[in-house]
Amino acid sequence: MVDPENKTPDNKVKPPTRQYPDPKQKIEQEVKTTGHSWDGIEEYDNPMPRWWVWIFIITIVWSVGYWIAYPAWPGIQSATSGLLGYSSRGEVADEIAEFEARNEPFFIALAEADLDEIREDDELHRFAVNAGSSVFSAQCSQCHGAGGGGVQASGFPNLLNDDWLWGGTMEDIHQTIRYGIRNEDYPDARWSEMPAFGQDGLLDDDEIDQVVNFVLSLSDSDHDADLAAAGAEHYEMNCASCHGDGGEGDYFIGAPALNNQIWLYGGSPEAIRHSIYYSRFGVMPGFAGRLRDAEIRAVAAYVHQLGGGQ
Amino acid sequence: MWDYLKLAVLGLVIVVAAVAASMARDPAYLVHMLLIIGAAAITFFWVIRRVGDPVPAANPNEYMDGPVRAGVIATAFWGVIGFTAGVFIAAQLTWPQLNFEWAQGYLSFGRLRPLHTSAVIFAFGGNALIATAFHVVQRTSAARLWGGGLAWFVFWGYQLFILMAATGYVLGSTQGNEYAEPEWLADLWLTIVWVAFLIVFMGTVIKRREPHIYVANWFYMAFIVTVAMLHLVNNVSIPVSAFGSKSVPVWSGVQSAMIQWWYGHNAVGFFLTAGFLGMMYYYIPKQAERPVYSYKLSIMHFWALIFLYIWAGPHHLHYTALPDWAQTLGMTFSIMLWMPSWGGMINGLMTLSGAWDKLRTDPIIRMMVVAVGFYGMATFEGPMMSIKTVNALSHYTDWTVGHVHSGALGWNGMITFGALYYLVPKLWQREGLYSLRLVSWHFWLATIGIVLYAASMWVTGIMEGLMWREVDAQGFLVNSFADTVAAKFPMYVVRTLGGGMFLLGAIIMCYKLWKTVTDSPAREPARAPATVAAE
Repeated sequence: MVDPENKTPDNKVKPPTRQYPDPKQKIEQEVKTTGHSWDGIEEYDNPMPRWWVWIFIITIVWSVGYWIAYPAWPGIQSATSGLLGYSSRGEVADEIAEFEARNEPFFIALAEADLDEIREDDELHRFAVNAGSSVFSAQCSQCHGAGGGGVQASGFPNLLNDDWLWGGTMEDIHQTIRYGIRNEDYPDARWSEMPAFGQDGLLDDDEIDQVVNFVLSLSDSDHDADLAAAGAEHYEMNCASCHGDGGEGDYFIGAPALNNQIWLYGGSPEAIRHSIYYSRFGVMPGFAGRLRDAEIRAVAAYVHQLGGGQ
Repeated sequence: MWDYLKLAVLGLVIVVAAVAASMARDPAYLVHMLLIIGAAAITFFWVIRRVGDPVPAANPNEYMDGPVRAGVIATAFWGVIGFTAGVFIAAQLTWPQLNFEWAQGYLSFGRLRPLHTSAVIFAFGGNALIATAFHVVQRTSAARLWGGGLAWFVFWGYQLFILMAATGYVLGSTQGNEYAEPEWLADLWLTIVWVAFLIVFMGTVIKRREPHIYVANWFYMAFIVTVAMLHLVNNVSIPVSAFGSKSVPVWSGVQSAMIQWWYGHNAVGFFLTAGFLGMMYYYIPKQAERPVYSYKLSIMHFWALIFLYIWAGPHHLHYTALPDWAQTLGMTFSIMLWMPSWGGMINGLMTLSGAWDKLRTDPIIRMMVVAVGFYGMATFEGPMMSIKTVNALSHYTDWTVGHVHSGALGWNGMITFGALYYLVPKLWQREGLYSLRLVSWHFWLATIGIVLYAASMWVTGIMEGLMWREVDAQGFLVNSFADTVAAKFPMYVVRTLGGGMFLLGAIIMCYKLWKTVTDSPAREPARAPATVAAE
């Protein structure tokens, strides 16, 4: 195209020659405004877009259909129940019933089996571990960690190792889960209580310091040999009856082993001093009233196979 | 005489508040009383210095822009505060160590979360709505604001409400109802302020000089009236003591939940949708200098929106104790709401037809178009999420959070920024904005920030929903809750980053608006065209 009025000098880049229609003019030719004007704002009298109207109508028709099929409009006594007879509670109940019907034979077998037999039946054991893992995720992982690793030095025991407080056989684990630890809910709950040696004035600060060093020496941790030697006597008189002469612990009364590097509340001298001075009182709820028997057995099987089962 | 009456009332307020403060039963109540004493005392001295001064007669032919200017400043100020709080709590979710021990719980996520939501919705959004409502209603009614100083009372009263709400949250005073956290004392005060707002707005509309009421004003009116109704019904509660901040709600159980979400969803519908549509219906045609696309559509979608929105609340309570019939109604009305919501988007976008080239040259138009785009996206996503089977996956997950933010950041944030860019040069009589290049920076930072935010929340929300419901062949859950939390970490980092970019954009905006007021050349007063005879 040639510049019609030849206004562009030849040595300049020619302006683009495509002609855009002026949309403003076009619209104004076809559509009238309503004639109102507010602060210079006018309104076109365009019709509503057809697709907009149609989709709006379709959503309304669909909604009416949905009201007919499902519970929808309330009356005085009750609401319309819908042709499909649907209820959300019914839906959940159906789903639960479906899985329960499928699992019932396993649950019955699990509830009836001798605890130690569960491991010998491959199919049953696999089911128990899966079920136990799921229940563990929902009920136990908050304290013991999603994988059973506990929370270090915070009083939430690691379940992956063979250092147990109350024993690691199927029977022991099952008992602990069923009735819990130091709770008033079950007479069979695990129960023991260490004296608060400092708070109750059973040992003075220097003596506690000596015991701390002796305890550290049991697991070959860094300690002051002189203080440890002085602490041996106090340990023997005050601690050995539960924790054992060599700190091997006692499952029967839930006394932790002190001769390894696994510490429920931390292995620093400060943490150990705190334990001796104030004592600790870790608790765990019993699950007898929360889970069915088969589920408790499943959790026991799951925890038992995590690594430390005896 | 009038002045002395005011002084007497203010004095009485100070004395009563001082007595109440001395009998306060909890720190939040005490701080609220001190705030009231402070506000009343400042007003007292302000009045006393002017006693006897001749009152300058307001020119009825001049718009009252003082409260609008103040509102613009407050909007920018609270915006930055609210966005900062949001970025901080996003970081707290990513790195829980940021719930500092030394802050003794006062700065924990639980306290700051309502501070963030209220700061952005009610402080940033609310101030933007009040300021633009006052601006738009005067222009489109060709009338000065009705009620004299009442508009100033609305502005300052609203700021006092914001301070009461914010201090209450940090001090642990809350009703625990989402978006309705302030306790009875702040609620009562807001009621008074809101009624004054309604009176000023209606008074101006009634004495308008235009024959018809402009569509923006329909939306503003719907917003003001409905929010008043929602606020009153949802906050019916009985104070435990006149001297304590705690109250007991009258509603309980599933009724309470239903009323809360009737309120909560319509806070979205009338505060964040209807009110902001009012804003859109004025500022987009003005900035584009084009007529509104369709008058018929604006009538239809206005009434459809107003009628349908109010029913949609139950979709927040799918699969709960709420009866099935109420869930059905909530879901179907949400679906029917889709097109009425889109009516506003169509009218906004099509108004630009004939001015599409401005998208290239005018970053303010670009901001408004993106706002309308996000509005359309969020109002499609909303009905979709209200479908029960979709909701079964999305409910309680971060998807909801992403949905809210694509609406709040994209639609409410961007349209407000556009309006502020339009307003500041006009209100302070400047030639134009200080730097269009910085508007572009703001635009891109905000847009990319929103995309990062929304995309990361879609991913983590859907992932989380799938992980929660994952069961093995025997129907046992596969994941523990902690597993899902751990899996979300990378997306939380992205979300924090997106929020940070949005905040940075807002800070740039504040700088630029400030420079516009201080550094841009003043606008020449309009002059009559020079006569040819002068030559």
